[in-house]
Amino acid sequence: MEEQFPAIIVAVPLFAALLVTLVWWFDNRFCFPIAILAGTVSLAASAGLLLRVLSTGVVEYRMGGWPPPVGIVYRVDHLNGLFLVVISAVSLLNLAGSRTIAKKEFGEKLGAFYALYLLFITGLLGILITGDAFNLYVLLEIASLTGYALIGMGRRRAPLSSLNYVFMGTIGASLYLLGVGYLYLITGTLNMADIARILPAILPSNVVLLAFILCLSGLFVKMALFPLHAWLPNAYTYAPSTVSSLVAPLTTKVMIYVMFRVTLSIFTVDFAFNSIAVRLPLLWLAIVAIVMGSLLALAQKRLKKMLAFIIVAEVGYMVGGFWLGNRAGMNGAVLHIINDAAMTLCVFMAAGAIVYKTEDDRLSSLQGMFRKMPVSMTAMVVGGLSLIGVPPTCGFFSKWYLISGGIAAGQFAFVAALIFSSLVNTVLFFRFFEIGYFEPFPPEKTRHHGHTGYLAQSKEMAEAPLDVLVPLITAAVLVILLGLFSGEIVTRVIQFAIPAVIG
Amino acid sequence: MESIGDLIIAKYNYWAVITLLLIGLYAMIAKKNLVKKIIGMNIFQTAIILFYVSIGSKKGATIPIILHGPAGSSHAVHAADYINPLPHVLMLTAIVVSVATLGVALALAMKIYSQYGTLEEDEILEKIMESETG
Repeated sequence: MEEQFPAIIVAVPLFAALLVTLVWWFDNRFCFPIAILAGTVSLAASAGLLLRVLSTGVVEYRMGGWPPPVGIVYRVDHLNGLFLVVISAVSLLNLAGSRTIAKKEFGEKLGAFYALYLLFITGLLGILITGDAFNLYVLLEIASLTGYALIGMGRRRAPLSSLNYVFMGTIGASLYLLGVGYLYLITGTLNMADIARILPAILPSNVVLLAFILCLSGLFVKMALFPLHAWLPNAYTYAPSTVSSLVAPLTTKVMIYVMFRVTLSIFTVDFAFNSIAVRLPLLWLAIVAIVMGSLLALAQKRLKKMLAFIIVAEVGYMVGGFWLGNRAGMNGAVLHIINDAAMTLCVFMAAGAIVYKTEDDRLSSLQGMFRKMPVSMTAMVVGGLSLIGVPPTCGFFSKWYLISGGIAAGQFAFVAALIFSSLVNTVLFFRFFEIGYFEPFPPEKTRHHGHTGYLAQSKEMAEAPLDVLVPLITAAVLVILLGLFSGEIVTRVIQFAIPAVIG
Repeated sequence: MESIGDLIIAKYNYWAVITLLLIGLYAMIAKKNLVKKIIGMNIFQTAIILFYVSIGSKKGATIPIILHGPAGSSHAVHAADYINPLPHVLMLTAIVVSVATLGVALALAMKIYSQYGTLEEDEILEKIMESETG
């Protein structure tokens, strides 16, 4: 049983998605329990797998018993073992909080939502676990296609934003595929470990360099690194709330993991950091992403769009931390992937609860929100403080590693960008807190057409239902717990996830 | 020293792929009509499929089906006699992916058309501006 964990992680949500589609025809009440069950099994298997990796080292699973490099292997080390647990936990938590909101947002299409949700998780977990470069492309497309469909199910501008995402996403994935094609051309294999074994003998080679550039630029589109971020804000803003709180914490982070994996396990550290001079240009790209993401977030008038631009800045943190090329920077980048997944989950779930109640996410209309929805707003405060980087929350600790990495590498522009972005986040969230807490209730007569609900008028408490709040509180607690245990996570897991050659 | 002409003729498959890639990219970026953009996206993907298919082929090689002698007798097989089937098999998957992408894109285009009554991007943006200000 334990040997089959790698297959279970991916296979269970996949088959559950098919089951949900079938069951949906008879009764859509069963969709939610099946999805929860599948998510729980995946999480349990991921946790079991991580424990096994921690005690015995790398786990290799051969699909169908075919040995590599002919067959497809699932290879789990400390890096993806950790991410498997985080990604399955985040998606399960969001799933648990989705029941009431999804019922309102999707109505009759509830079964489609849960089936796509499970397929999306299948794709992401598959990307994390696979040890085959082409298999990764296929799973990438599974995750992307379901993501497009989920976003396109939203209202208003959602279909148009989703179609733009389709164009950008397809360019990104196709560039990655082309890069893999060049690697196959010169090495004759698709297994990551096998490519890494063959490459050093071939270097220096223009084909490998081209493959590297193609793979990385494809991934940059997919992870929305600044000049290539145009698809992200609208797609995440107009997506249904339960979908934004699913794709926003996960998609970009998994793509950054792929960048780690491709650079470290395929092209090798020596090639990426020593042979070619891409380190500094990419670091500067990350710095620009941080600064521009923060500035653009400052210009937004809507809550979800503001959060989406904060993600654009956060992508810069992780890419920059990675390309600092030292141990502290990479520790920070890996830790920040985990923390960012937790805190974006927290703020997007809170935003989802607020939008569910008020159907309006303009910042100006959030007056008096603390009194109406104290629990959701408290979760938002915790997430916001973490995005700013206030000590007990997890955002502080990864930022600390990133800044100390920047100082150790002598990259003070990166340090300055991080501090600048933290300051901008402070402005963003304190503006938000001020509107929600201190601004007086609007006089009744300014509330005109459209806002017919009792909520817009009343000063009473009107909190989201309990099955939305419990996962939300769990997410907020997770943000603090990840902060308190970040030392443990780094010394027990992340330390071993980074290649020993990086000093 | 080979001339540019020789370079193009000797590696014509790559030139064809690059041309198709650029045509697809151009259509995706420059065209205003959403269906034309979707067609551009498909051309872009097809170019990569052709790239993979062309790297699998060899001069004078045949399809990779090994014909055994009478009664299944064993004999040497020269890999050089057969084209490489792996890239072709990979492209079966990539074709499926590209068909699925096309399907999702067209479904979204239908949804957009029923929402705005047009597939011209500038007209859609105009309508969005109107609805947000008005």
